[in-house]
Amino acid sequence: MSPRAQVYLLGLLLIIMGLGLMAYKSEMLSMPVKPGEYATVWTVEAKVGFTADGGAVKVSLALPKNQNNMEVIEELFSSSGYGFNIYDNAGHKRAEWTKRMASGKQTLYYKLDVYKRPSGEGLPEFDASKMRAKPNWQGERQEALRNAAASIINNSWQTSSNKESFARQLLKSLNDKSNNDARLIHNNLPDKKTVDIALDLLSLAEIPAHIIRGIYLEDDRNRMSADALVEIFDGEKWIVFSPNTGAKGLPDNFLVWQRGDVSMLDVAGGSRSAVSFSVLANDVPARKVALEQMGGEQAALLDYSIYSLPIEQQSVFKFILLVPIGALIVIFLRVVIGIRTAGTFMPVLLAIAFIQTHLLNGVLIFLLILSIGLFVRSYLSRLDLLLVARIAAVVVIVVCLMSFISIVSFKLGVEQALTITFFPMIIIAWTIEHMSILWEDDGPMEVLIQTAGSLLVAIMCYLAMTNHYIEHWMFNFPELLFTLLGMIIILGHYTGYRMSELLRFRYMRRS
Amino acid sequence: MLFVWPKELKQLGLLGMNSRNINYIARHNPRHLYPIVDNKLLTKKAAIDAGIRVPELLGVIESNHELSKLPQLLAPLTQFVIKPTRGSGGKGILVISGREFDFFLKTNGSKILQSDIRRHVNNILSGLYSLGGKPDKAMIEAMIQYDDIFNEYTYEGVPDLRVIVYKGFPIMAMLRCATHSSDGRANLHQGAIGVGIDILTGKSQYAVQHGRPVTEHPDTGKSFKDLSIPYWQEILRLTAGCHEMTGLGYIGCDIVIDKEQGPMILELNARPGLAIQLACGLGLEKRLSFIDRLSTEVMEQDADKRVSFLMSNQFQE
Ligand SMILES: Nc1ncnc2c1ncn2[C@@H]1O[C@H](COP(=O)(O)OP(=O)(O)O)[C@@H](O)[C@H]1O
Ligand SMILES: [Mg+2]
Repeated sequence: MSPRAQVYLLGLLLIIMGLGLMAYKSEMLSMPVKPGEYATVWTVEAKVGFTADGGAVKVSLALPKNQNNMEVIEELFSSSGYGFNIYDNAGHKRAEWTKRMASGKQTLYYKLDVYKRPSGEGLPEFDASKMRAKPNWQGERQEALRNAAASIINNSWQTSSNKESFARQLLKSLNDKSNNDARLIHNNLPDKKTVDIALDLLSLAEIPAHIIRGIYLEDDRNRMSADALVEIFDGEKWIVFSPNTGAKGLPDNFLVWQRGDVSMLDVAGGSRSAVSFSVLANDVPARKVALEQMGGEQAALLDYSIYSLPIEQQSVFKFILLVPIGALIVIFLRVVIGIRTAGTFMPVLLAIAFIQTHLLNGVLIFLLILSIGLFVRSYLSRLDLLLVARIAAVVVIVVCLMSFISIVSFKLGVEQALTITFFPMIIIAWTIEHMSILWEDDGPMEVLIQTAGSLLVAIMCYLAMTNHYIEHWMFNFPELLFTLLGMIIILGHYTGYRMSELLRFRYMRRS
Repeated sequence: MLFVWPKELKQLGLLGMNSRNINYIARHNPRHLYPIVDNKLLTKKAAIDAGIRVPELLGVIESNHELSKLPQLLAPLTQFVIKPTRGSGGKGILVISGREFDFFLKTNGSKILQSDIRRHVNNILSGLYSLGGKPDKAMIEAMIQYDDIFNEYTYEGVPDLRVIVYKGFPIMAMLRCATHSSDGRANLHQGAIGVGIDILTGKSQYAVQHGRPVTEHPDTGKSFKDLSIPYWQEILRLTAGCHEMTGLGYIGCDIVIDKEQGPMILELNARPGLAIQLACGLGLEKRLSFIDRLSTEVMEQDADKRVSFLMSNQFQE
């Protein structure tokens, strides 16, 4: 058999084998071919900042409560130099950081991953016997305030039928810009927020009520402060209201951080304390379902699947399994299209880095590092260094740049750039070296072409590697690796023209 | 026209990169024979053993501690070339055409110091110009004094003749002429001019720069029309002999013609580029398949007979 026929036979065999195994697994073991639903896991970060006075410091932060529709998957605390512990204070979980001596600006972090369950609503039971203390509005000067409060309570009472509708009416009047009583109350109590005023009025009306603090889970929100809700007890159950709209019920995407009248943050030994939140959404395939479906004896194939690995290795494998996809794309783009890149598989590594940093950040960081690197390297070339030493020097500079970018972006509150540590530094250093020779020999144009080529290929790899379908298939049907192998073998025997050659030979003499 | 259709290229018999790699290089060039052509020192040695002329080797610097030999090596030389033994594509080649006080003159007239040469050699040794960045050696070679006939066809650089030799038959040739923009080097992608040479007569056929047809040298204004390469028969025999010398089936021979010593081999390539097709305005595929159809008797003849076979058959069956 000619080598050509062998190549095609072997390639086809491998392709069929991969697809066949995939079909078997999906038919017989009901492994879903379509990626399942993607559940959103929210990463919430609370940042506590304050200025320490120079003595002992004690910081205590309320921690989110368990909630029927939210599940805390993982928690992470940063406590550099601080003693740390979590304690329970009468049903309220709190984190406590302590330090003997601290001065200057301090920052502490608490980070958690929450998963929002599609079902399950409401909050757990809560003791309703404790009433909030009534506001102390005594004396002549407060008389107008007392009257206005009484008038609002009275009006709301008249226009409602039970405690629930009373609370709604009350909130409505308080937010009504044309309501004179409400205006008067707001003007008299300029420091108080609507929530606090509402709670005061509710306590005057003898209705058990308290505040709920928490945050709305919305993607890519940075440095926001906690939002507040009002909860009242109607004699049987607790009902949540939004203090600003009067809307009833706990908003679907609201993560309850603290419930009841306890403080969110206490700082002893410091001043100007504040807590702010950032939220980030990650899509994670709801694989559990598939896994449960596949369980059972016949699944010997699955026993040796990637799911038998610990979670941590699984996530590593997720990347590893995507590398061949990148390799296939690189081969296709080089052999069939004819794109010139710097370094054969460098774009794949770049694509992996992009997955970690998000595309736009990644591209910008790459271009930034490359251009600064080229600049520095042009100076190094005058120092008569050995090649190895020069590349090592460029590596150090690349690392410096990355740290710098990380720190600056962190200060600016751009979180994604932090993950650039995944950038393949050595490869980038080599790329810089390669590009600078290219610059000297073939001019900046060629550098531009190759950089653009590498970036283009890297972006294509990135798009393929982050595609939900491809990700799902590679992870759940690793036998597709055979198919990839077959395709690579066949592509490796492609002898037709490259697309770029149709361009290159466009001025070819026609006889 | 922004591009050509693949069908058209096929009709022209154009050889593409993928086909070259798979059908010719992978099939006819055994890997273990590559070192002879990839390493210019070994090529020189093999050529001398086979009785083929090459530019004279003036010295080799193998490692960093030999760098101290450099001043001593350069002292008696006024015209010389320093190149990496495993370079390609004209990378790392420094041509010195004269001296003035402490300065060395490059072909383009710029002056450099001995310390600059030393740095250049250092770069070569550390593998800057070699494939995959492997550490390399630097060789010093006599500069070729090119034949007067080329005087107006090249600018500041030695023109070299590229001949594609397939299974011992020279099948296509082009002359590469340096231009101002190619910085005295005769590599096409750096802006040199490729002049297609009729393989049977040694006369020019066609010329391109950056892939586009040209009729005259941009720096000297000399028309390529009546260029005819001297020693043509000898060159054909020389290149045909490279097949026996290397054992490779598909090679590109770089020939230079010295004023006094005549044609000699500058270097050999196991992966010769495809630009020669643009320079000649001809596809390689037809000639390759002509050779493939030859009978074994014809193939087994010696180099001289093979050349005369080509002369009498002119790629016609
Ligand atoms: N000995 C020499 N004398 C003059 N010019 C030379 C010499 N060696 C190389 N050159 C110039 O450098 C070019 C490239 O040299 P070559 O040995 O073919 O290296 P490469 O493998 O990088 O192509 C030649 O085309 C020629 O113009
Ligand atoms: Mg050459």
